[in-house]
Amino acid sequence: MTVNTQSTEQKVVLKRRSPLLETWENLRRSWSGMLGLSLIFLQVLIALFSPYIVPHDPQEMDSKDRNAPPSAEHWMGTDKLGRDMFSRSLVGGRVALVVTVFGIALAMTWGGLTGILLGFLGGWVDEVAMRIVDALLAIPWLLVLLIIVSTFGTDPWIQTLTFGFTYGYTAIRVARAATLDYVTHEFVLAARARGERKITIVLRELLPNVLDVLMVDGAMNWSWMLLGFSSLSFLGFGVPPPTPDWGFMIAKNREILATQPWAVFGPALMLSILIVGINLFADALAKAMGLDRSQGAPV
Amino acid sequence: MIVLIARRFFLASITLFIISLLVFIGIEALPGDAATAYLGQSATKESLKALREEFGLNTPAPQRYLNWLGGFLRGDLGQSMARRKPVSEVIGNQFRNTVVLALAASLVGIPLAIVLGVITGLTRDKWPDILLSLLAILGMTLPGFVTATVLVYFFSIRVEWFPAIAMIPSDAPVSEILPNIILPIITLTFVMVAHILRLVRTNMIDVLTSDYVQMARLKGIPMVRVIFLHALPNAMLPTINVVALTIAWLLGGVAIIETVFNYPGIGKLMINAIGDQDLGLVQGIAMILAGIYVGVNLIADLLTLFLNPRLRTTRG
Repeated sequence: MTVNTQSTEQKVVLKRRSPLLETWENLRRSWSGMLGLSLIFLQVLIALFSPYIVPHDPQEMDSKDRNAPPSAEHWMGTDKLGRDMFSRSLVGGRVALVVTVFGIALAMTWGGLTGILLGFLGGWVDEVAMRIVDALLAIPWLLVLLIIVSTFGTDPWIQTLTFGFTYGYTAIRVARAATLDYVTHEFVLAARARGERKITIVLRELLPNVLDVLMVDGAMNWSWMLLGFSSLSFLGFGVPPPTPDWGFMIAKNREILATQPWAVFGPALMLSILIVGINLFADALAKAMGLDRSQGAPV
Repeated sequence: MIVLIARRFFLASITLFIISLLVFIGIEALPGDAATAYLGQSATKESLKALREEFGLNTPAPQRYLNWLGGFLRGDLGQSMARRKPVSEVIGNQFRNTVVLALAASLVGIPLAIVLGVITGLTRDKWPDILLSLLAILGMTLPGFVTATVLVYFFSIRVEWFPAIAMIPSDAPVSEILPNIILPIITLTFVMVAHILRLVRTNMIDVLTSDYVQMARLKGIPMVRVIFLHALPNAMLPTINVVALTIAWLLGGVAIIETVFNYPGIGKLMINAIGDQDLGLVQGIAMILAGIYVGVNLIADLLTLFLNPRLRTTRG
């Protein structure tokens, strides 16, 4: 905008728009970001309301109509037990969404705060902790998840804690690296000189500065977590049946892939929509915040 | 230079040591021990005692850790309880099979990713870039088992070009394996290309707008020469680490793909070992896979060191 007079210019300077609002403005202009956000939103709506709107009870077994092809009655056909695949595909993401949303919040909170603290403290504590994080990252993620889940069970609460814990250590790395850019700045020195407590410096001075990096990493991490969740489910270590879950449905219905492809494609499509949506959103969020996210590696 | 290399090796071995501690503690922290895990419901006092004696589970944990680590350093991976065999014997050809799969996917995937990355970088925001970037997002995000299932449906069921599952014994010769694993190779390549392509693209765009490339073009050097001699080498350097991570991921994370295609590799073995509660085997596989991860990253670090003169003088 062009500002001509002195007084309005001052007003503009004083009323600096919040960075969050600015990000949103940028995000709104990105078609891929808005597409991603809409897909996520769609899935959240489906997860919230599907139990009330699905045409059939997802658990109901219609013994006359087993392995039925898609029809007006069953849009995606039925599975081996005669359950309506369209209804099951719609409700199949509820547990995945709840577990990963809480899981990612947990992971980013503990991982993010630990990372900032390590970056701020430095010294041998940081050195030792980062070696441990490196070591943890070297152990295959699937192995860690499988061991925890096969020991402590697949209750959604346990899964939330498991994912929240194991996906936190990548956040430690990200938060620490971002913090290192700031610890030498004057405002941190000034806070130290004022005699602020460490926890105050971490929460009030450093956290707001690395929040954008953490948010982008969190969005990305969310999609990895969803991938992890559905992989466990696919391998049979997910939510116990008969609760419908995409990963397990895909695994089970693979047996009838040749005759009933929609029994597999339905849940696969739903899962893909959510995961692609999250990624498009994460990508656009990074761009809107002026961060480059292409360094992401499969971990 | 020697000091830098020595330092990298030292750090890698420290990491490996910590991994061994974490793996051991992790398994140790599980409720029960290998004997109760293996016997499960059928455990009696006597059978537990006998099994613990047979596998030396009665010694204190630190002692067992040292024994295990010592054995590891001598090349003894420990004992598989469920299979009553040394871990190395159980793993046998399965590890080779995973390497064959990963190598085949890498040989196809890495060059393809670089070529496509350069193309997308050069055609930024035009249709080849948009199309390939979209595909890359799909490759990065779709779970392997979804991609695999779609491929199976179209290429094994609709048209019967490739086998849907690898019906081969674990000790089959490589020449017999390859025709059976076309689909797993395509699945892995898809994921790999997606990751590397995106990075090559970004780096290409960075490099193409840099001063020295502009300079080279202003001097009238032909575009092809600029791309291959000036831009590409510099765009590749930051890619090495991602390629390393991708290879490490291929070796560790292929478990699901191997399961989907019923391919006798180490990833599928890992999942089976957890299903059987075979903690000795799990421990051994965890160490092998983590070791590969550390090793591949070390190689990538050293490669970057050799290729980038600027890094040699700074503290690694």
